[in-house]
Amino acid sequence: MIIVGELINASRKAVGEAIEKGDAEYIKSVAMDEDKAGANYIDVNAGIFVGKEADYLKWLTTTVQEVSEKPCALDSPDPLAIEAALAVHKGTPMINSISLEKDRWEKLLPLVAGTDFKVVALCMSDEGMPTTCADRLVIADKLVEGLTAKGVAIENIYVDPLVQPLGTNHTFGLEFINTVAAIKERYPNIHFMCGLSNISYGLPERKFINRIFMAQAIYAGLDGAIMNPLDQPMMGAIAAAEALAGRDRMCVKYLKAFRAGLVKA
Amino acid sequence: MSIKDVYQAVIDFEDDAMPDLIKKELDAGADINKLLQEGLIAPMDYVGKKFSEGELFVPEMLMAAQTMKKGLEILKPLLGAGGGSSAGKIVIGTVRGDLHDIGKNLVGMMLEGGGFEIIDLGVDVEPKAFVEAAKSNSAKIVGLSALLTTTMPAMEETVNALKEAGLDCKTMVGGAPVTQAFADKIGATGYSEDAPGAVELARKLVN
Repeated sequence: MIIVGELINASRKAVGEAIEKGDAEYIKSVAMDEDKAGANYIDVNAGIFVGKEADYLKWLTTTVQEVSEKPCALDSPDPLAIEAALAVHKGTPMINSISLEKDRWEKLLPLVAGTDFKVVALCMSDEGMPTTCADRLVIADKLVEGLTAKGVAIENIYVDPLVQPLGTNHTFGLEFINTVAAIKERYPNIHFMCGLSNISYGLPERKFINRIFMAQAIYAGLDGAIMNPLDQPMMGAIAAAEALAGRDRMCVKYLKAFRAGLVKA
Repeated sequence: MSIKDVYQAVIDFEDDAMPDLIKKELDAGADINKLLQEGLIAPMDYVGKKFSEGELFVPEMLMAAQTMKKGLEILKPLLGAGGGSSAGKIVIGTVRGDLHDIGKNLVGMMLEGGGFEIIDLGVDVEPKAFVEAAKSNSAKIVGLSALLTTTMPAMEETVNALKEAGLDCKTMVGGAPVTQAFADKIGATGYSEDAPGAVELARKLVN
């Protein structure tokens, strides 16, 4: 499982304040926590600061990489912000994210063309949000074809099939799961990325639904998530789900998670 | 058989039974306005209150709204002819550059449940489209939704465009990143945190 730690996001109050104050120590402590908890990438987002996003994203990237050797997921729809962060980033970054929305597609594609960056490709187009598996596949195909045509290797593409709230349509969980399976079948070497907590919007005990949904999506082929790596019950659920899905030889990772205290019945 | 059955059907999400219940009440000579207010709008107020208190959840609110709508569809053609009338027209939409529609739809359904007539412009709506729709419908309120920090500026632009057009309509804003402070800053008339709150706010704004 490829875990992108989501905590360094300016829309979270404490992080937004730390960015404004230039509180590098706070940002570093969050980055270290995420790194230690098993994040493979540290997401950095300064999206709430209109006009200053580029400077702040660059600062976040530098600050995070002072304490963590993990690459960052540069989280912005704005090519100028991504470029600013790329100028200081060490290692191979993840770009979060490109989509089929015309403006975003045209502006971000030149930045990732011919690189070995990891690219999150969000299943969204100007026609709106896809609601069915078929709608998502149409968009996913265009994203994959467009990116590979510009020299992005298929194994560097992380498709985000877009999770929508189950509480507003009872098919939204299944349509997502079916999409993951269908994309995986069509492109065996592709990866996935998604923020799946949206599934439980409007429902009680959201974390409970999130964990079950994660397990189902992993069974379908999901291999990446942007999430809070400090969420121990979720990390435990992931370890169990991967083992059950046949992706953990002799349960080595599950047992490691158990010894780390992540797995509790 | 009474209006109470209609009320109860909304609360129990009996959408299939609703049309017959309404027809029976009409056949029995029920007052159309009373049927609307006490049979359809009152239970939606109850549902909204229970949602705000954390006792009911989004799917239940949606089911109640859908049930209410089944009844409203039958009453609507009769409302213009005499008796009841809509609480006012509200134009709603998600602002330019933003494709999120779930929150906006939820608010639209609850406003409809509150007795308002809704003109839904959809998602990715240009400021001038809001202005035109507000003008042509003589809307009392324009409701704006934004789910992204990157589209909040388009919300401000739309509020300004409505003011510049000199229309006599109020604005209300909402969406995950939107706050009361932001609403005040951009000069929107009102802000609501959730859908039932939007109904309460809309009632205040039209009075």
